[in-house]
Amino acid sequence: MGYILKVFKIAILSVGILIMLLPFFWMISSSFKPLSEVILIPPTWIPHNPTLGNFIYIFTQMDIFRYLFNSFIVAFISVSSILFTSVLGGYAFAKYNFPGRTVLFYTILSTLMVPFQVRVIPLYMLIFKAKLLDTYFGLALPGLADAFGIFLMRQFMMGIPDDLINAARIDGYSEPAILLRIVLPLSKPAVSTLTIFTFMWNWESFLWPLVVTNSESKYTLPIGLARFAGKYLQRIDLQMAASVVSIIPVLIVFLIFQKHFIEGITLTGMKG
Amino acid sequence: MRLKYNTKLILWAYIFLFPSLVSLGIVILYPILDAFYISFFRWNLLSFEKSFIGLKNYEGLFQDSIFKKALINTLYFSVISVPVTLFIALIIALMLNSLSTGIKNTLRTIYFIPVITSIVAVSFVWRWMFEPSYGPINHILGFLGIHGIGWLSDTKWALPAIMIVNIWRNIGFYMVIFLASLQMIPKEFLEAALIDGATSYKRFIYVVLPLLNPTVVFCLAISIIDALQIFTQVYVMTSGSGGIVPGGPLYSTTTIALYIYKIAFRDLEMGYATSVAFVLFLLIFIFTLIQIKFTERPFEY
Repeated sequence: MGYILKVFKIAILSVGILIMLLPFFWMISSSFKPLSEVILIPPTWIPHNPTLGNFIYIFTQMDIFRYLFNSFIVAFISVSSILFTSVLGGYAFAKYNFPGRTVLFYTILSTLMVPFQVRVIPLYMLIFKAKLLDTYFGLALPGLADAFGIFLMRQFMMGIPDDLINAARIDGYSEPAILLRIVLPLSKPAVSTLTIFTFMWNWESFLWPLVVTNSESKYTLPIGLARFAGKYLQRIDLQMAASVVSIIPVLIVFLIFQKHFIEGITLTGMKG
Repeated sequence: MRLKYNTKLILWAYIFLFPSLVSLGIVILYPILDAFYISFFRWNLLSFEKSFIGLKNYEGLFQDSIFKKALINTLYFSVISVPVTLFIALIIALMLNSLSTGIKNTLRTIYFIPVITSIVAVSFVWRWMFEPSYGPINHILGFLGIHGIGWLSDTKWALPAIMIVNIWRNIGFYMVIFLASLQMIPKEFLEAALIDGATSYKRFIYVVLPLLNPTVVFCLAISIIDALQIFTQVYVMTSGSGGIVPGGPLYSTTTIALYIYKIAFRDLEMGYATSVAFVLFLLIFIFTLIQIKFTERPFEY
């Protein structure tokens, strides 16, 4: 009985793995095929006439490194801003008692319910009037602040004992020194979680860069990829090669830091 | 207990809060209030016409058949993809939890890979996998005797195709959360159930599931909020040539988020678009209230 159950379990998990990986397999396989083979009926799983032509075309016709660079710059600005404001704000809410604390905190928290679609038009008009369309600042603007970061840091820092902070005060530490030298080092898991989440959100951001970029030189990776595919609408071979190239950088980062990724998600799951 | 305020510390608290308050004010609070204001105007960017029309935008929603379609599509999408994603994620987490650490961690990583890959890239991959004549999905279904599903070109199957992609991409995320909370269930609970002679099915229903409850509610809330805002996958999988607005065929995949994009950035009707956006907010608000109601009586370990 237990044996059968185990075989059954492994069978299900294997089918699951197969389904998870099938799109990647098909993507990589198609990226090495000439177009004539991609549209062959029935489809071939392993390229019969493997070619590097698609990749050569991608690197000469599509400014993919530019898009990668733009995506990285925008994500970097956003992550820096959110880490800075969230650590300070989260600490204030977690460890200080001040008039208006509760009202302020719940006001900030409640903005989490408002979808980006509500804010996108006023933000667009702001950028439009300030003539900041097609600039890094314009791209990064909506990512400069986020209530989630403040919430996450507050929840985490509330778990740091007050005695530790009071002892440091008695030792003559200034308030910023307490935050910088005692609280921040203890908050590393929350900081790394927030970094990963903010980075991923920025990296995947689509609607905003779609509406504020017009020139190719400012496309982020998702926009560059979507515009490229729009231009070569039926060139599945090229689209798959471009997809391969755009997936690889994050995949490498993930495989190196996967422990942090998974711990980060677990942390938000528990704190939620 | 009410602590006495300490003036010096209050000052520091406000100094620490200052950067957050300024940035949240500009990026979050101002746009929300401004959007609410805009939603009472007829405002077309092309004609530069901006006139106060009161609640007309909101009233207009009731006569807008595309809006109704978008609303139904969004709810249909959420009601199917959320439970299916969470159910599969839970099953996989339960199966992985009983494996030895090494295999467990390897499989967990593989299931997680779709979560970190670019939505745009995988949407293109799936778009062509769903191609009816030479795509691999219909080829595989052919072996099972299923033929001729048009997927993205069929009004009945286009939205389910996008659901499949969304489910595929999100399973790993929720599986990791479920797995973590399964690992936190004290071993004694399960052992006590074993001593009582509970079968593994009963053990799951009466011991594991109640302990998992807060996690399930949390996952339900964030996945619903996420599903209601579905945009990128639809945009990429249904966009055509020559500036055709995505969301077809025949609006069968037009979600609320996509419709807002269309009204605001293709038709340039800013006032009407914000009124639709507030309907999206209302939906999220309702689901959040339901979630708060459920978590008000937390389960004690």
